Amino acid sequence: MALQSLDIKQRSATTTPSTQVRETIEIAKLIDVSACIGCKACQVACSEWNDIRDEVGNCHGVYDNPMDLSAKSWTVMRYTEVEQDNKLEWLIRKDGCMHCADPGCLKACPAPGAIIQYSNGIVDFHQENCIGCGYCVTGCPFNVPRISKEDSKAYKCSLCSDRVAVNQAPACVKACPTGAIQFGSKEDMKDYAAKRVEDLKERGYDQAGLYDPQGVGGTHVMYVLHHADKPDLYAGLPANPSISPLVALWKGFAKPLATLALAGVALGSLFHYVTKGPNEVSKEIEDEIEREDKEEAK
Amino acid sequence: MIRDPKDLKRYTASERANHWVVGISFILLALSGLAFFHPAFFPLTQLFGGPVWTRILHPYLGVIMAIGFIVMFFRFKHLNKMTPADKEWLSKVDQMVDGDDHNMPEQGKYNGGQKVMFWALAISMLLMILSGIVIWRAWFDLPVDIVRLGAVVHAAAGAVMIGLIMVHVYAAIWVKGTIRAMWYGTVTRAWAKQHHRGWYRQMTGK
Ligand code: HEM
Ligand code: SF4
Ligand code: SF4
Repeated sequence: MALQSLDIKQRSATTTPSTQVRETIEIAKLIDVSACIGCKACQVACSEWNDIRDEVGNCHGVYDNPMDLSAKSWTVMRYTEVEQDNKLEWLIRKDGCMHCADPGCLKACPAPGAIIQYSNGIVDFHQENCIGCGYCVTGCPFNVPRISKEDSKAYKCSLCSDRVAVNQAPACVKACPTGAIQFGSKEDMKDYAAKRVEDLKERGYDQAGLYDPQGVGGTHVMYVLHHADKPDLYAGLPANPSISPLVALWKGFAKPLATLALAGVALGSLFHYVTKGPNEVSKEIEDEIEREDKEEAK
Repeated sequence: MIRDPKDLKRYTASERANHWVVGISFILLALSGLAFFHPAFFPLTQLFGGPVWTRILHPYLGVIMAIGFIVMFFRFKHLNKMTPADKEWLSKVDQMVDGDDHNMPEQGKYNGGQKVMFWALAISMLLMILSGIVIWRAWFDLPVDIVRLGAVVHAAAGAVMIGLIMVHVYAAIWVKGTIRAMWYGTVTRAWAKQHHRGWYRQMTGK
């Protein structure tokens, strides 16, 4: 997506504030897992709208196809069969970027402007600035970004930032036949989710709830889960995702400090030189050797 | 032309060439690595043909340096064994830094400080090679926890190594008559007698 410079909240590898003046409302996509029938219309709509055609793969004997996210599959349905209390459940989760409020990808990215967070909450990769280092993959707590084998750029769901910018809902939302994917302001989506959760509880899902993990500051893609106490059941959705402490250490205060320390070593050396003077070979020793040479010559 | 045929040979041509391969690749690695280290250094990518080229080239430069360093390590390892005299030298290093070398114990080819530098660089280099391979996504795809650890180690060991090399280079500039050892391989006898008397005796039999 091209730059929409007025609506940028955060920009990768940029130490000064981005445009802060305009305030747009925060948006969110809500995926109601309990209403999803696994038809993959959203997967198809995604590749249609974004003009991406992944390779036709092989059947692996399961419904998952393709088996994983890729540079050309920005969303995939993950199917899990779970047996609990002698009941078989078929859990289907639409996987893709969560559009974290505190995005690990953006924090890790070393290329200025390769990752943008808009003020509406969308986290977008700007491939024209991407250098292909893969730090975003290292930083993401949800294992989402993929580096293309063709151009070595990072790709992932853009939440159809181009559509949202002109007040259109994302393509997947439009395509879903059951209304399992909803889109609107984050506040409205939370209200909608609350109703869905209430309904699920009435139907016996005591642990139904909203997945909006606070460890990453909340997300702009949220799930309604029938088993919100065990997100892990849904193809390993992390229960308490947060930016890894190693990534926080790697990208935190240590680097500015290290930079200062290196500047200190350089300046320290310079001032050592001008205060103590160079360490010359002493005249005494030079004379000594000259004397020895003369004696030997005799 | 040899200025003084009695100058002492400190490095062979192949040792010097080896050191320059390591030195040049290190400078290129430090500049290209710093570009990813912090946004303040990102403009350094312009030295390498842009950000993408910097990302592509850095690890290959690393391979060149790694090979050069390992060869150099085995050439000089036996000369860098710590002795009691080295420990004494290190305990008095503050006087040396202050510019007064009169009380420093007699040193062989390398002094205690140089030996510490040798081992500190060797450990840093080992960490850089291992962690660099771990985070090299063009060729390797390792579990994310290992990559995260690798990223921290690579950045930390890189900063330490750059600091060490600054000290290494400054020491060569500060001690006059040293840098020529890396240009043409010889030093004056007076230089050797003052800074490495043990080695001076060994070389001259005096
Ligand atoms: C030994 C072989 C080495 C390999 C294979 C290697 C590989 C890498 C890779 C893959 C990256 C990520 C950026 C990219 O994809 O280009 C990187 C970053 C970096 N490298 Fe190296 N490197 C090596 C040696 C060195 C050395 C000797 C230095 C010396 C200072 C260095 C300094 C850095 C720095 C400062 C970064 C940025 C770290 C960060 O903040 O993430 N590297 N290296
Ligand atoms: S899910 Fe991963 S890629 Fe998406 S915004 Fe969060 S950290 Fe970035
Ligand atoms: S691969 Fe691209 S988007 Fe990901 S961290 Fe590197 S420069 Fe940023």
